[in-house]
Amino acid sequence: MVDHLLGIQGLSKSDLYRYLDTAHSFVEVSERDIKKVPTLRGKTIVNVFFEPSTRTLSSFDIAGKRLSADTINVSIGASSVKKGETLIDTVRTLESMNPDVIVMRHSESGAPHFAAKHLARTSVVNAGDGAHEHPTQALLDLLTLKQYFATKKRGIEGLKIGFVGDVRHSRVARSSVWAHLTLGNEVRLIGPKTLVPEDFARGAFGTDTIKVYSDLAEGLKDLDVVVSLRMQLERQEEHFVPNLDEYSKEYCISERILARQAPGCVVLHPGPMNRGTEISGEVADGPRSLIRNQVTNGVAVRMAVLYLLARTVGAPEEVSHG
Amino acid sequence: MAKARPVVIHGGTLIDAASDRDGAFDLLIEDGKVKAIEKPGVLKEHSDAERIDAQNRWVMPGCIDLHVHLREPGEEWKETVQTGAEAAALGGYTSICCMPNTKPANDSAEVTRYILEKAAAAGASRVLPIGAISMERKGKQLAPYSELAKAGCVAFSDDGDPVADAGLMRRALEWCLMLGLPLSCHEEDRNLSCGGCMNEGPRSLRLGLKGFPGIAEDVMIARDIELARYTKGKVHICHVSTARGIELIRRAKNDGINVTCEVAPHHLVLDDSCCETYDTSYKMMPPLKDNEDIAGLIAGVKDGTVDAIASDHAPHDKDSKQVEFSRATVGILGLQTSLPLLIEMCAQGQISRRRMVDILCAGPARAFGLSYGRISVGSEADVIVVDPQRRWRFGEEENRSKSKNSPFLGRELLGLSLHTFVGGRHVVKDGRLVSELTSNPR
Repeated sequence: MVDHLLGIQGLSKSDLYRYLDTAHSFVEVSERDIKKVPTLRGKTIVNVFFEPSTRTLSSFDIAGKRLSADTINVSIGASSVKKGETLIDTVRTLESMNPDVIVMRHSESGAPHFAAKHLARTSVVNAGDGAHEHPTQALLDLLTLKQYFATKKRGIEGLKIGFVGDVRHSRVARSSVWAHLTLGNEVRLIGPKTLVPEDFARGAFGTDTIKVYSDLAEGLKDLDVVVSLRMQLERQEEHFVPNLDEYSKEYCISERILARQAPGCVVLHPGPMNRGTEISGEVADGPRSLIRNQVTNGVAVRMAVLYLLARTVGAPEEVSHG
Repeated sequence: MAKARPVVIHGGTLIDAASDRDGAFDLLIEDGKVKAIEKPGVLKEHSDAERIDAQNRWVMPGCIDLHVHLREPGEEWKETVQTGAEAAALGGYTSICCMPNTKPANDSAEVTRYILEKAAAAGASRVLPIGAISMERKGKQLAPYSELAKAGCVAFSDDGDPVADAGLMRRALEWCLMLGLPLSCHEEDRNLSCGGCMNEGPRSLRLGLKGFPGIAEDVMIARDIELARYTKGKVHICHVSTARGIELIRRAKNDGINVTCEVAPHHLVLDDSCCETYDTSYKMMPPLKDNEDIAGLIAGVKDGTVDAIASDHAPHDKDSKQVEFSRATVGILGLQTSLPLLIEMCAQGQISRRRMVDILCAGPARAFGLSYGRISVGSEADVIVVDPQRRWRFGEEENRSKSKNSPFLGRELLGLSLHTFVGGRHVVKDGRLVSELTSNPR
């Protein structure tokens, strides 16, 4: 039986902490002079990206290399898909080369699940599928929060967290919402009705505890954590917003509104940011921002994920971080 | 051709909605017609007749399917007229109306005749072609309705491509009114459905799949009801999938507007939770709905708002389904599963068997103005004998379609049509095609 990481939905609290604790032990590796451990020597990881990505791809690539795995990056643009090879053929071709892990980014929701269903020997890590899930991003956000709240002598349970912006199209938000629900946190979704439909509160996550707000100030009130989501230009062509100016006037997260509504909050953003559209430069670069920590933690979290999956594929082996 | 032997079907329960019969009657079929309907025992003197023992069986008119895709000409690897007509006969359908989304589209008498020639050669169920509303189904230019009707088309439809141009739709209704033929409409406002691939709601949000809102269907139903009212033309609404759509049609019927509708069995028995695992065998158009819509559809079936059950039999090859959910083709096989699914609904008490027979037989006949779908003395002998208690597995052996895209494949179903007579021809005997029994006796 091969393990996969396809989503945060369905993971237990102890699953989450297992990833976080493992990631924690890998943070230190990246701070060394020689940033490498032999843990996954002889393992092969294929990063197959059907959608352009800089930070996630490089983060997975670095994570694999720091674990001494052989990593191969395959970027398959939309144009090659049009040339004819189907996902199933691509996936089977890759599996024929006997990789231990396939890390997949795809523009269509469910694509990594489809791949996992057709793979017998290879673990699949979802590096973002359509508007569905992006589990490693959710885990690195959790790790970032865990580190921050540890300095305040707090854990990551019992928090109030709000996601602001284009929740409809956000796989980051979905994965994070599942995680925070599992941790028992209060989850709020904030944005215009076109991007944060009421159906989110009507059981989309199997619970009616999620609150939906179209008023930014009201939604931000007393939050511990604010997650700003990327606003994409295409959304105005699809009539979700009149234009980005109109959007930012109502929903851009500024220091002024945070100071008033949630003075103690910290801010996350999965990147890449549109400064001045969904988040002001002042907030992004200010003391509340944990955005740089998120990127650093991305490598540690992906090391943890690869380690836990690749380790279970082969025979049990001695764990060595040394 | 030698004169066929008369057939006596005896001992069964005759259920016929058109003549309001539900009881013990024996049937005599002769010269392609129903010759006599008598109380048990009366037809004993026909000693030369082939006798079919129908004890514990339902004897009913052959089902009529107003919405199937036979893929010929153009996509013969998915289905042919022959395999489709044979699947129909095995499924208890004696007449099937095939949609014009062939390649080329059925927008000329040539294509209509081609389909009818193939159907005659197949010698299974009767095939009644549906012509296109617009040339190449592109919604730009009216198709030649009289030519198509003379060649044998029984209705017109642009099938999966909704007629976006209300002006064209109006003129099409006016032309077809002169011919007395209905327009069969796939109702979808593409600006609202926007490429959605599953029902819009909490589940589509969770799965991150583009939602197809019910309103995309409802606004077009409303438009076409108003166009039917205005032109007095005849609109038939395809595969209604929303409770609101049913309510609009119910009101239109109360207003005396010339509108009929069909519902597909999968919309009655499956809901959108089936999409949870991105299994493309549950990708339909319109998409599977939630329980509220399903309740509305069942209410419509019960109170007579729904005229017909139509399978929307849509064969697709494995390759076009074995892809990402959003990129997969839509639809499932239906000809061999529709009747069993309805029988199951009867067994569960969701609908009466009388109502079931009406929406499978007389209802569709009324909707398209066909003379079939009834059992009365002198009527065309389209008759099936059904074992309503038979539990059987719909396996690859049993599946007659060239394609395998059915979520019911491999599942146990309740109720099986054992005999099918099409115009008196014994096409299916004891659950097997007669053509196979003679060429390949077991």
